[in-house]
Amino acid sequence: MPDLTPLWLTLKVAATATALSLGVAVAFAWLVARRSFPGRELLDAVLTLPLVLPPTVLGYYLIVVWGRNGWLGGWLYQHLGVTLMFTWQGAVLAASVVSFPLLFKSARAAFEGVPAEYEQAARILGDAEFAVFWRITLPLAARGLLAGVMLAFARAMGDFGATLMVAGNIRGRTQTAALAVFDAVQAGDYSLANTLVVIMSFACVVILVMTNKLAARSQRGR
Amino acid sequence: MKLSVDIGKTLRSREREFHLRAAFSSSDDLTVIFGASGSGKSLTIQAIAGLVTPERGRITVEDRVLFDQEQGVNLPARHRQVGYLFQDYALFPHLTVRENIAYPMKKAWQWGIPPHFDQKVMEIMEAFEIASLAKNHPHELSGGQKQRVALARAMIKRPSLLLLDEPFSAMDAMLRQRMRLELLEIRKRFAVPLVVITHDPADVEVFGDTLVVFANGRVEEINGRRDPAAAEENRG
Repeated sequence: MPDLTPLWLTLKVAATATALSLGVAVAFAWLVARRSFPGRELLDAVLTLPLVLPPTVLGYYLIVVWGRNGWLGGWLYQHLGVTLMFTWQGAVLAASVVSFPLLFKSARAAFEGVPAEYEQAARILGDAEFAVFWRITLPLAARGLLAGVMLAFARAMGDFGATLMVAGNIRGRTQTAALAVFDAVQAGDYSLANTLVVIMSFACVVILVMTNKLAARSQRGR
Repeated sequence: MKLSVDIGKTLRSREREFHLRAAFSSSDDLTVIFGASGSGKSLTIQAIAGLVTPERGRITVEDRVLFDQEQGVNLPARHRQVGYLFQDYALFPHLTVRENIAYPMKKAWQWGIPPHFDQKVMEIMEAFEIASLAKNHPHELSGGQKQRVALARAMIKRPSLLLLDEPFSAMDAMLRQRMRLELLEIRKRFAVPLVVITHDPADVEVFGDTLVVFANGRVEEINGRRDPAAAEENRG
């Protein structure tokens, strides 16, 4: 039986990363979808950047910001004596940044798909802005959001480059499945590589099929 | 009821500019705003409801100031006590008929409809003859049923004014006539003043104690207290 620790670690990292991105992505997506302000499309572009940048470049940015001598990481290390570098929390940071654009883009599309008229009706019926969001926008965008969550989770599971830069490749501590496959192939351990590859591929196919189903249903309307 | 509107707003798009300059007042409990599409009548009632903010002017209902640019008054839509019937009703698709109607009675943090409002919701559903549809979702309803649900939802908090945006445009001729009569019935039963906007001359004949005619963003004509006999003559 091959060692499946990397799989459990991957699930933990991807789930935490997705949960972390969700709140931030929803807030920014609502802002971009429902408010007009100068620089809106620029903000959208910056938030989408991790989708197209090489993961190693992203990893480098993360080190600049969160490393022991980084802008935020330096403060953390000096005042609290902790660092995200070479920890599983660092892997979470990397995975949440690479998967963020998928969640943000899906959320923006989902919010833009909610007719503004429903929100106006809610305002006239007595709702303040947060209540409109909570009672109307969010439930009507829920399917699109869920599809985005699943895509982001799949992307977070599969990250290699950014995770390697930030968290390293420490067996049992920061070695996620994608890194373990690389190590196994390098070491000629094809039974471990095959097991991990089959499980990861299967999981991703299931996620994509479910995402497509959700997307199709939300297009048909309820 | 006295509604008085005197507002200005400019909408700019890449192709054209639209200047709305609307001034009228009505003391009747049925005011018809008539005009072609694009004449600014929808924009005007959206301004009354607080959905768009005019650049200048003043809107009052009785003694309540809803908007006054000079005094810096701009009540949010939720505090205007105005009912609004959207052209395609805007029933919330994720809620049942009963949940739609109870929507204004429930706070965001409450899970269900508070029990002391149950009776009220039931009463208004019976008044609009839609009690049997309570558990249906909007997509299961016919056009006439949707309109009744939307009216019940708009009326449950007893607004001081009900605005209707092209209420019959989505209906066939038969239903249109029936719903016109129902609307007059509602005005009587709930004693609520109505402001109806329409581009259909037939609506003007049936309704309209005060008629406000819009063209190109301006009020062209105001007729107060039209003589019903004259309207009858026109029809023949």
